[in-house]
Amino acid sequence: MSEIFLSTVLTLDASVRVCIPLIFASMAGLFAERSGVVDIGLEGKLLMSAFIAASAAVVFGSPWVGLLAGIIASSVLAMVHGFASITYKGNQIVSGVAINILAAGLTMILSLAWFKKAGITPTLKNDQRFLSIDLPGLELIDNIPIIGVIYRELISGHNILVYLAFAIVPIVWWVVFRTRFGLRLRAVGENPKAVDTAGISVESLRYKALLIGGILCGIGGVYLSTAYNAQFVKDMTAGSGFIALAALIFGKWHPYKVLAACFLFAFLDAISIRLQGIVIPGIGEIPVQLIEATPYILTIILLAGFIGKAVPPKASAQPYIKEL
Amino acid sequence: MTESNIAIELINVDKHFGAVHANDKVNLSVRSGTIHGIVGENGAGKSTLMSILYGFYQADSGEIKVFNKEFRATSSKQSIEAGIGMVHQHFMLVDNFTVLENVVLGSEGGALITESLSNARIELKRLANEYGLEVELDIAVEELSVGMQQRVEILKGLYKGAKVLILDEPTGVLTPQESDELFRIFEALKKQGVTIILITHKLREIMSITDHVSVMRAGKMVAHRETSQTNPEELAELMIGRKVLLNIKKSKAKIGNPVLVAKNLEIENEQGLKRVSNVSFEACSGEILGIAGVTGNGQGTLLKALAGILPISSGTIEIMGETITSKNTLNPEQLRNLGVAHVPEDRQRMGMISEFTASETALLGYHNDKNINQGVWLRRASVKANCESIMEAFDVRPNNPNLMSSNFSGGNQQKLILAREFERDPDVLIIGQPTRGVDIGAIEFIRKRIIDMRDTGKAIILISVELEEIMSLSDRIVVMCDGEITGTVNGTDADEATLGMMMANALESDDELTGIKS
Repeated sequence: MSEIFLSTVLTLDASVRVCIPLIFASMAGLFAERSGVVDIGLEGKLLMSAFIAASAAVVFGSPWVGLLAGIIASSVLAMVHGFASITYKGNQIVSGVAINILAAGLTMILSLAWFKKAGITPTLKNDQRFLSIDLPGLELIDNIPIIGVIYRELISGHNILVYLAFAIVPIVWWVVFRTRFGLRLRAVGENPKAVDTAGISVESLRYKALLIGGILCGIGGVYLSTAYNAQFVKDMTAGSGFIALAALIFGKWHPYKVLAACFLFAFLDAISIRLQGIVIPGIGEIPVQLIEATPYILTIILLAGFIGKAVPPKASAQPYIKEL
Repeated sequence: MTESNIAIELINVDKHFGAVHANDKVNLSVRSGTIHGIVGENGAGKSTLMSILYGFYQADSGEIKVFNKEFRATSSKQSIEAGIGMVHQHFMLVDNFTVLENVVLGSEGGALITESLSNARIELKRLANEYGLEVELDIAVEELSVGMQQRVEILKGLYKGAKVLILDEPTGVLTPQESDELFRIFEALKKQGVTIILITHKLREIMSITDHVSVMRAGKMVAHRETSQTNPEELAELMIGRKVLLNIKKSKAKIGNPVLVAKNLEIENEQGLKRVSNVSFEACSGEILGIAGVTGNGQGTLLKALAGILPISSGTIEIMGETITSKNTLNPEQLRNLGVAHVPEDRQRMGMISEFTASETALLGYHNDKNINQGVWLRRASVKANCESIMEAFDVRPNNPNLMSSNFSGGNQQKLILAREFERDPDVLIIGQPTRGVDIGAIEFIRKRIIDMRDTGKAIILISVELEEIMSLSDRIVVMCDGEITGTVNGTDADEATLGMMMANALESDDELTGIKS
């Protein structure tokens, strides 16, 4: 009994860790898509910021410098996306894909140039990483059965970026639904003309949304290379950006629902590792690939209209061209 | 007219869009506290001129004065601040926002919206009382009827402190009763000192509501009149530059046998919603059967079913000896081969492909014709010849088959599509909105051709939201409301008031007060 309980708690704990980049990336995507800009380049921004953060942390010896550098790298890519798709009204999907390819290539070339290894940065020492922190009162609560285990394994003992991720979701909700910026953001993703004729600049709103997205996505990338891992490895994002996009659709562009979707997808990922090689009587070995594909399958089922309906912001993916 | 009571003054305002000279040295002065009409054909430059005043476009040259102050707007923000509000032809509303959120957007006050919204609520109550503009504030705009959405647009302007309100074709989407209600609101606004600029091409509105009227033609301002000193005939002449016959003369119809008989039709639209129920009628050769109604009351769905685009869920349609039921359907091609031609309501989306050349648009639907299609390749020469003969017959300008369809004016696009269908000599013609967004010259031409078709013994089913069009063309009129037929009248007996009442049949319940669509 207690073994199953502990194993469940540990799986949930693993889910939390996997969940973090998904949360940052999907919240980034939420800002972009609510403003009417499709952001398929989340993957590329995660990858770029992971690489730049790990590099800066090694060179300057501080995870905080890494954090800053990662945020800047991701924001620069976000602005490139904005330049192509807002100012020059290019195709947002094409621009996003270009960013993904650019990031994949740049991380290889730069790692070779800077560290003489393709696609790998030196391993980070502990003082160059974001380390786990114990929450106060651990010794006190630790002795209480059940709650103690949950507190020790699940709630305490994460790094600062994990707590930041969970704090960011209600902030995103508040910004989107309770502030002037949020009202305008939602409006510009639905009907940019209404925003323009109300005397508000559509372009500036969309740039702001992308910049916020760039910053959030940057933190997600930093987490991957300096907190979850201790170095940058080639393609280490492994599709997180796309899963975040799926979570965004699955959560219908609503912060709390998107958080739930991120956690669901992360949980599926965590159990797929646990279930590796386990044979279920009568069925045989569980194909891990199937579990890993589940987020995408669920999203397709959702988009096909079988579970509710996902209606994206109406002006999504349409460049705003001023005309009557 | 003294200097002090001029609200808006435009001096030599000039605007080009590429090669198009949209506004050619336009002068206009609007007196404060009056209703000023601007009339002109489609493409005369009215909307462009007003969009410049509203800061949506910038003029190439010229001077604008608002309440005697120099004014140069680079965005709508400055215009709003100067006291100008605009209700666009296509509403600028966020559909899934509430009325309150829509009104507040752009003038929120603080960075947090909770307080802005509650302040706005109080202010809107006051405005609603003052001008009789009641709207439910916490309902999503998409749930409101078109008339109510327009109120929201007016409220938006007033909330932002507009002293000058520009309305672009405001009655295009309204029932006659809703239009009367709008005019009542105009009077209330005028009483409070609000200046109203009304852009329209409906002369009846100009004559009944405005104090002054300015006429635009081909980008130029051609005349200013006091409304009491002019008449519709003069204005029409000024608009198009020559005498036109708005009421087209037609001989008495020689009505033959029924060729299309619809019985107890029930039809669902693309979303699976029942939009037509219990509809029966017949169309005879040699007559024009008009189907009237406010947009969205099932006429569009009916038209699609008659053209074979939508299946019927029950009932029968007998066309040219064939019987269509929910089981036995005919596709548009089979219908065309039977001699049923269809001019769709939405010319841009269903009638043509804007990225195609005129000659390609001219063969849509007839691409399997032996003369044009020889199996694998199209006969380019026949395609071109076909288009040339069509252009000749319907006076399509410019008569260049290789020009992209989107580069023709609305009227010429419509002529091209009508010609495509007419020239195949069909026995039944189903025509939707033949003159929507078409200038007066082309309207006259198109209507004459429709009557000519009737006189050669064809059966014509005409669906239009323009009452005036239905009344001047139809031999019999069927009125639809909420998917059902609410009345049938003879063309000669029809008057606007009766038709209007029939069109609004279902609106007599309490729903009218709140404006919520059932």
